[in-house]
Amino acid sequence: MAGNVAVMADEEAGRNALRLATEARDRVRFEEDVLALSDQVYRVARHLAGSREEAEELVQETYARAFRSWRSFTPGTNLRAWLLRILTNLNIDRGRRKQRTPDTQPLEEGDYFLYNRLEEATADGNVEEDRVVERLSQDGIVEALSAVPHDFRDVIVLVDIGDFSYQDAANILDIPIGTVMSRLHRGRRILKRELAETAVGEEA
Amino acid sequence: MTETPCEHCERMMQPYLDRVLSVSEQAEAELHLADCEWCAKRYRFEVKLRQYVRVAASEPMPPELKEKLAALRTPLT
Ligand SMILES: [Zn+2]
Repeated sequence: MAGNVAVMADEEAGRNALRLATEARDRVRFEEDVLALSDQVYRVARHLAGSREEAEELVQETYARAFRSWRSFTPGTNLRAWLLRILTNLNIDRGRRKQRTPDTQPLEEGDYFLYNRLEEATADGNVEEDRVVERLSQDGIVEALSAVPHDFRDVIVLVDIGDFSYQDAANILDIPIGTVMSRLHRGRRILKRELAETAVGEEA
Repeated sequence: MTETPCEHCERMMQPYLDRVLSVSEQAEAELHLADCEWCAKRYRFEVKLRQYVRVAASEPMPPELKEKLAALRTPLT
């Protein structure tokens, strides 16, 4: 009888050891998967945050939290979206985002606005569109993007720079998919207005 | 205040490029674009612009940050 109990205790200990080993292996794999995504996470974080320094802090906080709460990730779902959801929530929680002012002003500038302005500013008004895009500098684009109000910029950054689907963006930001699309369309128009200002100036 | 065909085409640009128009709306936009080089040029510009923004906004991650992230891993016991 005493022998049986000892055997059972051994089996129990064996099962525990196996469970711990399996868990450690899963965790290591998770951490490696998460680290492999860091370039892509940073690329998006850089424009969700206000500055390079803020982006670096935000990514570190996100990774610290992700490593701590790895069990809450459901294997087989989108890991990159899971990380960005943590990052977006941290960004809001830490109050890094300035006052949210939903931009409800009517937007006069339509989708052709930027092209029209660039064409007007070109001596020979009829150039190829490839050449026209080159009038925009990389710094000008980064600057124009940072001038877009947060609610609109978040969506542009996730969809147009981060390549997230509308559905993923909706899950990350916790807003309906219809809101993602309307903010995206309006946000791109605001971005083009800002680009026109940085590229052509406000004269005219 | 009625819209001109080009104004209508301008309003359809983003949903067209995002492929969220209905089949009939899409056909309507394509019909106009086939005839109107003025609008077609602006659509081509938009495609280029989106690619350009994506590239211009992509900053590589600082290498030290990668090391800091790896250091946050749970130590193996
Ligand atoms: Zn037209």
